[in-house]
Amino acid sequence: MNYGILALKVLVFPGLLFTAVVGLVTTWIDRKVTAKVQMRVGPPFLQPFYDVIKYMVKETCIPAGSSKLLFLSAPLVGLAAVTAGSTIVWNALIWPGRAFVGDLIVVLYLLTMPAISVVLGSFASRNPLASLGGSREMKLIMSYELPFVLACIVPIMKAHSINLGEILAGPAAVTSWSGVVALVVAMICMQAKLTLVPFDMPEAETELTGGAYVEYSGPPLGIFKLTRAMMLFTMPMFLVAVLCGGIAFDGGVVGIVLGVLKYVGLVVVTVLIRNTAPRVRIDQAVKFFWGTMTIAAVVALVLAYLGW
Amino acid sequence: MSFVVNALTRSLNVFHLAGSPCNNCDIEILDALTPRYDLERFGIVLVGSVRHADVLLLSGAFNKKSTIRAKHVYDQAPKPIVVIAVGNCACTGNIFRDSYNIDPPIGNVIPVDAYIPGCPPKPEAMISAVAKLIAKLRGSK
Repeated sequence: MNYGILALKVLVFPGLLFTAVVGLVTTWIDRKVTAKVQMRVGPPFLQPFYDVIKYMVKETCIPAGSSKLLFLSAPLVGLAAVTAGSTIVWNALIWPGRAFVGDLIVVLYLLTMPAISVVLGSFASRNPLASLGGSREMKLIMSYELPFVLACIVPIMKAHSINLGEILAGPAAVTSWSGVVALVVAMICMQAKLTLVPFDMPEAETELTGGAYVEYSGPPLGIFKLTRAMMLFTMPMFLVAVLCGGIAFDGGVVGIVLGVLKYVGLVVVTVLIRNTAPRVRIDQAVKFFWGTMTIAAVVALVLAYLGW
Repeated sequence: MSFVVNALTRSLNVFHLAGSPCNNCDIEILDALTPRYDLERFGIVLVGSVRHADVLLLSGAFNKKSTIRAKHVYDQAPKPIVVIAVGNCACTGNIFRDSYNIDPPIGNVIPVDAYIPGCPPKPEAMISAVAKLIAKLRGSK
Protein backbone atom coordinates (compact mmCIF):
# COMPACT_ATOMS: atom_id res chain seq x y z
CA MET A 1 0.00 0.00 0.00
CA ASN A 2 1.11 3.53 -0.70
CA TYR A 3 2.48 5.05 2.54
CA GLY A 4 1.07 8.51 1.76
CA ILE A 5 -2.47 7.15 1.51
CA LEU A 6 -1.91 5.06 4.65
CA ALA A 7 -0.77 8.14 6.59
CA LEU A 8 -3.78 10.08 5.29
CA LYS A 9 -6.07 7.25 6.39
CA VAL A 10 -4.60 7.07 9.88
CA LEU A 11 -4.30 10.81 10.51
CA VAL A 12 -7.29 12.34 8.68
CA PHE A 13 -10.01 9.98 7.47
CA PRO A 14 -11.14 7.65 9.00
CA GLY A 15 -8.39 7.96 11.61
CA LEU A 16 -7.39 10.65 14.10
CA LEU A 17 -9.08 13.83 12.84
CA PHE A 18 -12.40 12.27 11.80
CA THR A 19 -12.66 10.13 14.94
CA ALA A 20 -11.75 13.06 17.18
CA VAL A 21 -14.31 15.44 15.63
CA VAL A 22 -17.16 12.90 15.59
CA GLY A 23 -16.16 11.69 19.08
CA LEU A 24 -16.33 15.23 20.46
CA VAL A 25 -19.70 15.77 18.80
CA THR A 26 -20.82 12.51 20.46
CA THR A 27 -19.74 13.80 23.88
CA TRP A 28 -21.86 16.89 23.15
CA ILE A 29 -24.83 14.58 22.43
CA ASP A 30 -24.03 12.79 25.70
CA ARG A 31 -23.95 16.04 27.71
CA LYS A 32 -26.99 17.51 25.96
CA VAL A 33 -29.12 14.39 26.52
CA THR A 34 -27.95 14.34 30.15
CA ALA A 35 -29.03 17.98 30.46
CA LYS A 36 -32.43 17.20 28.93
CA VAL A 37 -32.92 14.27 31.34
CA GLN A 38 -32.17 16.66 34.22
CA MET A 39 -34.48 19.32 32.71
CA ARG A 40 -31.85 21.94 31.98
CA VAL A 41 -30.47 23.61 28.87
CA GLY A 42 -27.04 22.02 28.63
CA PRO A 43 -23.77 23.10 27.02
CA PRO A 44 -23.45 24.79 23.60
CA PHE A 45 -22.56 22.69 20.56
CA LEU A 46 -18.87 23.67 20.52
CA GLN A 47 -18.35 23.05 24.26
CA PRO A 48 -16.28 19.81 23.89
CA PHE A 49 -14.01 21.56 21.37
CA TYR A 50 -13.47 24.54 23.74
CA ASP A 51 -12.68 22.07 26.53
CA VAL A 52 -10.02 20.26 24.52
CA ILE A 53 -8.42 23.50 23.26
CA LYS A 54 -8.39 24.83 26.83
CA TYR A 55 -6.63 21.72 28.13
CA MET A 56 -4.03 22.09 25.37
CA VAL A 57 -3.01 25.59 26.51
CA LYS A 58 -2.97 24.89 30.26
CA GLU A 59 0.15 24.17 32.28
CA THR A 60 1.24 20.53 32.72
CA CYS A 61 1.96 19.75 36.36
CA ILE A 62 4.18 16.73 36.93
CA PRO A 63 3.83 15.45 40.50
CA ALA A 64 7.07 15.13 42.46
CA GLY A 65 8.44 11.58 42.57
CA SER A 66 6.27 10.32 39.73
CA SER A 67 7.57 8.26 36.84
CA LYS A 68 7.85 11.14 34.38
CA LEU A 69 8.21 9.16 31.14
CA LEU A 70 5.30 6.80 31.86
CA PHE A 71 3.15 9.63 33.27
CA LEU A 72 3.46 11.65 30.06
CA SER A 73 3.47 8.79 27.53
CA ALA A 74 0.45 6.88 28.89
CA PRO A 75 -2.16 9.25 27.33
CA LEU A 76 -0.40 8.99 23.96
CA VAL A 77 -0.55 5.17 24.08
CA GLY A 78 -4.31 5.33 24.59
CA LEU A 79 -4.78 7.91 21.82
CA ALA A 80 -2.68 5.90 19.35
CA ALA A 81 -4.57 2.69 20.16
CA VAL A 82 -8.04 4.17 19.73
CA THR A 83 -6.94 5.90 16.50
CA ALA A 84 -5.68 2.60 15.07
CA GLY A 85 -8.81 0.75 16.25
CA SER A 86 -11.15 3.29 14.71
CA THR A 87 -9.18 3.28 11.45
CA ILE A 88 -9.45 -0.52 11.16
CA VAL A 89 -13.19 -0.57 11.96
CA TRP A 90 -13.94 2.18 9.44
CA ASN A 91 -11.67 0.63 6.85
CA ALA A 92 -13.80 -2.53 7.10
CA LEU A 93 -17.06 -0.55 7.10
CA ILE A 94 -16.26 1.47 3.98
CA TRP A 95 -14.16 -1.03 2.05
CA PRO A 96 -15.22 -4.51 3.31
CA GLY A 97 -13.10 -6.15 0.60
CA ARG A 98 -9.90 -4.56 1.95
CA ALA A 99 -10.29 -5.87 5.51
CA PHE A 100 -7.58 -8.32 6.55
CA VAL A 101 -8.00 -11.71 8.23
CA GLY A 102 -8.05 -11.39 12.02
CA ASP A 103 -8.74 -7.64 12.14
CA LEU A 104 -11.57 -8.32 14.59
CA ILE A 105 -9.03 -9.69 17.08
CA VAL A 106 -6.68 -6.74 16.48
CA VAL A 107 -9.54 -4.31 17.18
CA LEU A 108 -10.49 -6.21 20.37
CA TYR A 109 -6.91 -5.77 21.62
CA LEU A 110 -6.66 -2.13 20.50
CA LEU A 111 -9.91 -1.18 22.25
CA THR A 112 -8.51 -2.56 25.53
CA MET A 113 -5.40 -0.37 25.27
CA PRO A 114 -6.99 2.98 26.31
CA ALA A 115 -8.12 1.41 29.60
CA ILE A 116 -4.64 -0.05 30.14
CA SER A 117 -3.11 3.36 29.41
CA VAL A 118 -5.31 4.84 32.16
CA VAL A 119 -4.04 2.14 34.56
CA LEU A 120 -0.40 2.90 33.62
CA GLY A 121 -0.87 6.66 33.92
CA SER A 122 -2.60 6.44 37.25
CA PHE A 123 0.04 4.19 38.80
CA ALA A 124 2.81 6.42 37.41
CA SER A 125 1.36 9.54 39.05
CA ARG A 126 2.25 8.51 42.63
CA ASN A 127 -1.06 9.50 44.16
CA PRO A 128 -3.01 7.21 46.50
CA LEU A 129 -6.36 8.21 44.97
CA ALA A 130 -5.02 7.64 41.46
CA SER A 131 -3.61 4.22 42.32
CA LEU A 132 -6.93 3.24 43.89
CA GLY A 133 -8.66 4.35 40.68
CA GLY A 134 -6.07 2.47 38.65
CA SER A 135 -6.58 -0.76 40.59
CA ARG A 136 -10.34 -0.47 40.14
CA GLU A 137 -9.87 0.10 36.42
CA MET A 138 -7.67 -3.02 36.26
CA LYS A 139 -10.29 -5.16 38.02
CA LEU A 140 -12.93 -3.74 35.71
CA ILE A 141 -10.90 -4.65 32.59
CA MET A 142 -10.47 -8.20 33.86
CA SER A 143 -14.18 -8.53 34.60
CA TYR A 144 -15.73 -7.16 31.39
CA GLU A 145 -13.28 -8.55 28.83
CA LEU A 146 -14.50 -12.17 29.20
CA PRO A 147 -18.21 -11.59 28.43
CA PHE A 148 -17.31 -8.97 25.78
CA VAL A 149 -15.07 -11.37 23.86
CA LEU A 150 -17.66 -14.18 24.24
CA ALA A 151 -20.33 -11.84 22.81
CA CYS A 152 -18.03 -11.03 19.88
CA ILE A 153 -17.63 -14.76 19.13
CA VAL A 154 -21.36 -14.98 18.20
CA PRO A 155 -20.98 -13.05 14.89
CA ILE A 156 -17.76 -14.99 14.26
CA MET A 157 -19.70 -18.28 14.54
CA LYS A 158 -22.43 -16.89 12.28
CA ALA A 159 -20.03 -15.79 9.55
CA HIS A 160 -17.42 -18.57 10.08
CA SER A 161 -14.78 -15.86 9.79
CA ILE A 162 -12.64 -13.54 11.93
CA ASN A 163 -12.52 -11.00 9.12
CA LEU A 164 -14.65 -7.88 9.75
CA GLY A 165 -15.28 -7.55 6.01
CA GLU A 166 -16.74 -11.08 5.77
CA ILE A 167 -18.83 -10.59 8.92
CA LEU A 168 -20.23 -7.39 7.37
CA ALA A 169 -20.95 -9.19 4.10
CA GLY A 170 -23.25 -11.72 5.79
CA PRO A 171 -26.62 -11.00 7.46
CA ALA A 172 -26.46 -8.93 10.66
CA ALA A 173 -26.02 -11.09 13.77
CA VAL A 174 -28.66 -9.09 15.62
CA THR A 175 -31.41 -10.46 13.34
CA SER A 176 -31.14 -13.81 15.22
CA TRP A 177 -31.94 -14.58 18.88
CA SER A 178 -28.31 -15.32 19.76
CA GLY A 179 -27.34 -11.97 18.21
CA VAL A 180 -29.89 -10.11 20.34
CA VAL A 181 -28.51 -11.65 23.56
CA ALA A 182 -24.94 -10.94 22.39
CA LEU A 183 -25.83 -7.30 21.62
CA VAL A 184 -27.31 -6.77 25.10
CA VAL A 185 -24.20 -8.29 26.72
CA ALA A 186 -21.87 -6.28 24.47
CA MET A 187 -23.74 -3.03 25.21
CA ILE A 188 -23.45 -3.51 28.97
CA CYS A 189 -19.76 -4.36 28.56
CA MET A 190 -19.43 -1.21 26.42
CA GLN A 191 -20.83 0.81 29.32
CA ALA A 192 -18.01 -0.54 31.50
CA LYS A 193 -15.40 -0.14 28.74
CA LEU A 194 -16.30 3.54 28.49
CA THR A 195 -16.29 3.74 32.35
CA LEU A 196 -19.70 5.38 32.36
CA VAL A 197 -22.16 5.14 35.26
CA PRO A 198 -22.98 2.54 36.70
CA PHE A 199 -19.40 1.36 36.09
CA ASP A 200 -17.46 4.59 36.68
CA MET A 201 -15.65 3.45 39.84
CA PRO A 202 -12.18 4.21 38.38
CA GLU A 203 -13.09 7.91 38.33
CA ALA A 204 -15.65 8.08 41.12
CA GLU A 205 -15.93 11.88 41.28
CA THR A 206 -17.49 11.71 44.72
CA GLU A 207 -14.99 9.61 46.66
CA LEU A 208 -11.84 9.48 44.49
CA THR A 209 -12.12 13.08 43.14
CA GLY A 210 -11.35 12.08 39.57
CA GLY A 211 -9.63 8.78 40.49
CA ALA A 212 -7.19 7.66 37.83
CA TYR A 213 -6.92 11.16 36.34
CA VAL A 214 -6.49 13.00 39.64
CA GLU A 215 -2.89 14.18 39.04
CA TYR A 216 -3.30 14.92 35.34
CA SER A 217 -3.51 18.49 34.11
CA GLY A 218 -3.13 20.39 30.86
CA PRO A 219 -2.40 18.60 27.56
CA PRO A 220 -2.09 15.03 29.00
CA LEU A 221 -5.52 15.39 30.62
CA GLY A 222 -6.84 16.83 27.36
CA ILE A 223 -5.51 13.81 25.47
CA PHE A 224 -7.18 11.47 27.99
CA LYS A 225 -10.49 13.32 27.53
CA LEU A 226 -10.07 13.19 23.76
CA THR A 227 -9.33 9.46 23.96
CA ARG A 228 -12.51 8.95 25.99
CA ALA A 229 -14.49 10.93 23.41
CA MET A 230 -13.00 8.87 20.59
CA MET A 231 -13.81 5.65 22.47
CA LEU A 232 -17.40 6.88 22.81
CA PHE A 233 -17.45 6.97 19.01
CA THR A 234 -15.39 3.86 18.23
CA MET A 235 -17.04 1.41 20.66
CA PRO A 236 -20.66 1.83 19.41
CA MET A 237 -19.31 1.88 15.83
CA PHE A 238 -17.53 -1.42 16.49
CA LEU A 239 -20.77 -2.96 17.76
CA VAL A 240 -22.64 -1.58 14.73
CA ALA A 241 -20.04 -3.23 12.49
CA VAL A 242 -19.81 -6.58 14.29
CA LEU A 243 -23.37 -7.19 15.48
CA CYS A 244 -25.74 -4.80 13.69
CA GLY A 245 -24.65 -5.22 10.08
CA GLY A 246 -22.66 -1.99 9.64
CA ILE A 247 -23.51 0.93 7.38
CA ALA A 248 -24.79 0.15 3.88
CA PHE A 249 -22.79 2.65 1.81
CA ASP A 250 -24.04 1.04 -1.39
CA GLY A 251 -27.65 1.46 -0.23
CA GLY A 252 -27.69 5.16 -1.03
CA VAL A 253 -28.92 7.83 1.38
CA VAL A 254 -31.36 5.44 3.11
CA GLY A 255 -28.59 2.93 3.88
CA ILE A 256 -26.29 5.58 5.32
CA VAL A 257 -29.06 7.20 7.38
CA LEU A 258 -30.05 3.77 8.76
CA GLY A 259 -26.42 3.08 9.69
CA VAL A 260 -26.09 6.43 11.45
CA LEU A 261 -29.40 5.80 13.26
CA LYS A 262 -28.06 2.46 14.56
CA TYR A 263 -25.04 4.30 15.95
CA VAL A 264 -27.07 7.16 17.48
CA GLY A 265 -29.48 4.62 18.99
CA LEU A 266 -26.64 2.76 20.73
CA VAL A 267 -25.19 6.06 22.03
CA VAL A 268 -28.53 7.34 23.34
CA VAL A 269 -29.27 4.05 25.15
CA THR A 270 -25.79 4.26 26.71
CA VAL A 271 -26.41 7.84 27.83
CA LEU A 272 -29.83 6.98 29.26
CA ILE A 273 -28.36 4.06 31.24
CA ARG A 274 -25.67 6.42 32.56
CA ASN A 275 -28.29 8.92 33.67
CA THR A 276 -30.70 6.57 35.37
CA ALA A 277 -28.41 4.11 37.18
CA PRO A 278 -26.43 4.63 40.40
CA ARG A 279 -22.80 3.55 40.64
CA VAL A 280 -22.19 -0.04 41.78
CA ARG A 281 -19.25 -1.16 43.93
CA ILE A 282 -16.28 -2.81 42.21
CA ASP A 283 -17.00 -6.22 43.80
CA GLN A 284 -20.60 -6.03 42.60
CA ALA A 285 -19.36 -5.20 39.10
CA VAL A 286 -16.93 -8.13 39.03
CA LYS A 287 -19.65 -10.50 40.30
CA PHE A 288 -22.08 -9.12 37.73
CA PHE A 289 -19.72 -9.53 34.77
CA TRP A 290 -18.28 -12.90 35.75
CA GLY A 291 -21.70 -14.21 36.80
CA THR A 292 -24.77 -12.90 35.01
CA MET A 293 -23.07 -11.43 31.96
CA THR A 294 -20.79 -14.40 31.28
CA ILE A 295 -23.73 -16.82 31.64
CA ALA A 296 -25.78 -14.68 29.24
CA ALA A 297 -22.88 -14.62 26.76
CA VAL A 298 -22.52 -18.41 27.00
CA VAL A 299 -26.28 -18.77 26.39
CA ALA A 300 -25.84 -16.61 23.28
CA LEU A 301 -22.97 -18.84 22.14
CA VAL A 302 -25.05 -22.01 22.64
CA LEU A 303 -27.96 -20.44 20.73
CA ALA A 304 -25.58 -19.50 17.92
CA TYR A 305 -24.17 -23.05 17.91
CA LEU A 306 -27.72 -24.44 17.60
CA GLY A 307 -28.24 -22.12 14.65
CA TRP A 308 -30.79 -19.74 16.23
CA MET B 1 -9.95 38.57 21.56
CA SER B 2 -7.63 35.71 20.80
CA PHE B 3 -8.62 32.14 20.02
CA VAL B 4 -6.94 30.87 23.19
CA VAL B 5 -8.62 33.36 25.54
CA ASN B 6 -11.95 32.50 23.92
CA ALA B 7 -11.49 28.80 24.65
CA LEU B 8 -10.18 29.48 28.17
CA THR B 9 -13.13 31.63 29.16
CA ARG B 10 -15.72 29.33 27.60
CA SER B 11 -14.63 26.22 29.46
CA LEU B 12 -14.25 26.77 33.21
CA ASN B 13 -13.66 23.86 35.57
CA VAL B 14 -14.37 25.00 39.10
CA PHE B 15 -12.57 23.61 42.14
CA HIS B 16 -14.25 24.57 45.39
CA LEU B 17 -11.98 25.02 48.40
CA ALA B 18 -13.70 25.60 51.73
CA GLY B 19 -11.53 27.17 54.43
CA SER B 20 -13.52 26.75 57.65
CA PRO B 21 -16.78 28.23 56.35
CA CYS B 22 -20.18 28.05 58.08
CA ASN B 23 -21.38 26.15 54.94
CA ASN B 24 -23.89 28.85 53.94
CA CYS B 25 -21.78 30.02 51.01
CA ASP B 26 -21.10 26.39 50.04
CA ILE B 27 -24.80 25.65 49.90
CA GLU B 28 -25.35 28.73 47.73
CA ILE B 29 -22.49 27.62 45.45
CA LEU B 30 -24.19 24.23 45.07
CA ASP B 31 -27.44 26.07 44.36
CA ALA B 32 -25.73 27.87 41.49
CA LEU B 33 -24.81 24.49 39.98
CA THR B 34 -28.32 23.02 40.16
CA PRO B 35 -30.48 22.56 37.02
CA ARG B 36 -32.40 25.74 37.92
CA TYR B 37 -29.38 27.94 37.12
CA ASP B 38 -27.56 25.37 34.92
CA LEU B 39 -24.04 26.78 34.79
CA GLU B 40 -23.05 24.15 32.20
CA ARG B 41 -24.67 26.51 29.68
CA PHE B 42 -21.51 28.62 30.06
CA GLY B 43 -19.21 25.61 30.15
CA ILE B 44 -18.83 25.76 33.93
CA VAL B 45 -18.54 22.39 35.67
CA LEU B 46 -17.44 21.39 39.16
CA VAL B 47 -14.35 19.15 39.30
CA GLY B 48 -12.93 17.12 42.17
CA SER B 49 -9.20 17.68 41.63
CA VAL B 50 -7.41 21.03 41.64
CA ARG B 51 -5.21 19.74 38.80
CA HIS B 52 -8.25 19.92 36.49
CA ALA B 53 -9.31 23.37 37.67
CA ASP B 54 -9.43 26.71 35.87
CA VAL B 55 -11.23 28.49 38.69
CA LEU B 56 -10.39 28.24 42.38
CA LEU B 57 -13.45 29.09 44.46
CA LEU B 58 -12.63 30.09 48.05
CA SER B 59 -15.21 30.30 50.79
CA GLY B 60 -15.02 30.84 54.53
CA ALA B 61 -12.70 32.73 56.89
CA PHE B 62 -9.26 31.23 56.36
CA ASN B 63 -7.54 30.60 59.69
CA LYS B 64 -3.88 30.09 60.51
CA LYS B 65 -4.00 26.44 59.44
CA SER B 66 -6.26 26.56 56.39
CA THR B 67 -4.39 29.54 54.88
CA ILE B 68 -1.25 27.38 54.54
CA ARG B 69 -3.32 24.63 52.88
CA ALA B 70 -5.01 27.14 50.57
CA LYS B 71 -1.61 28.45 49.43
CA HIS B 72 -0.49 24.85 48.87
CA VAL B 73 -3.59 24.07 46.78
CA TYR B 74 -3.08 27.28 44.78
CA ASP B 75 0.52 26.26 44.02
CA GLN B 76 -0.68 22.82 42.87
CA ALA B 77 -3.15 24.26 40.37
CA PRO B 78 -2.13 24.44 36.70
CA LYS B 79 -1.77 28.05 35.54
CA PRO B 80 -3.47 30.17 34.25
CA ILE B 81 -6.02 29.99 37.04
CA VAL B 82 -8.68 32.43 38.21
CA VAL B 83 -9.30 32.80 41.94
CA ILE B 84 -12.71 33.90 43.24
CA ALA B 85 -13.45 34.65 46.90
CA VAL B 86 -17.09 33.93 47.72
CA GLY B 87 -18.79 35.51 50.72
CA ASN B 88 -17.86 38.17 53.26
CA CYS B 89 -15.59 35.80 55.21
CA ALA B 90 -13.37 34.96 52.25
CA CYS B 91 -13.37 38.63 51.14
CA THR B 92 -12.50 40.35 54.43
CA GLY B 93 -12.70 37.90 57.34
CA ASN B 94 -16.10 39.34 58.26
CA ILE B 95 -16.86 39.32 62.02
CA PHE B 96 -14.06 36.82 62.58
CA ARG B 97 -11.28 39.10 61.35
CA ASP B 98 -10.05 40.04 64.85
CA SER B 99 -10.12 36.48 66.17
CA TYR B 100 -6.88 35.06 67.57
CA ASN B 101 -6.79 32.22 65.00
CA ILE B 102 -7.66 34.15 61.84
CA ASP B 103 -4.96 35.16 59.40
CA PRO B 104 -5.20 38.30 57.27
CA PRO B 105 -7.81 37.93 54.47
CA ILE B 106 -6.94 35.24 51.93
CA GLY B 107 -6.50 37.95 49.27
CA ASN B 108 -3.20 38.91 50.93
CA VAL B 109 -1.82 35.37 50.44
CA ILE B 110 -3.32 34.32 47.09
CA PRO B 111 -3.95 36.76 44.21
CA VAL B 112 -7.77 36.93 44.12
CA ASP B 113 -9.35 38.00 40.81
CA ALA B 114 -12.91 38.56 41.96
CA TYR B 115 -14.58 39.18 45.30
CA ILE B 116 -18.25 38.27 45.72
CA PRO B 117 -19.51 39.82 48.96
CA GLY B 118 -22.65 38.63 50.73
CA CYS B 119 -23.52 36.49 53.71
CA PRO B 120 -24.17 34.32 51.78
CA PRO B 121 -24.22 35.80 48.24
CA LYS B 122 -27.17 34.73 46.11
CA PRO B 123 -26.53 32.36 43.18
CA GLU B 124 -27.56 35.23 40.89
CA ALA B 125 -24.83 37.41 42.42
CA MET B 126 -22.24 34.66 41.79
CA ILE B 127 -23.33 34.16 38.18
CA SER B 128 -23.27 37.92 37.63
CA ALA B 129 -19.76 38.14 39.12
CA VAL B 130 -18.49 35.27 36.96
CA ALA B 131 -20.03 36.88 33.86
CA LYS B 132 -18.33 40.20 34.69
CA LEU B 133 -15.03 38.43 35.33
CA ILE B 134 -15.25 36.61 31.99
CA ALA B 135 -15.99 39.91 30.21
CA LYS B 136 -12.97 41.51 31.91
CA LEU B 137 -10.68 38.59 31.04
CA ARG B 138 -11.75 38.78 27.41
CA GLY B 139 -11.33 42.55 27.28
CA SER B 140 -7.98 42.71 29.00
CA LYS B 141 -6.15 40.11 26.88
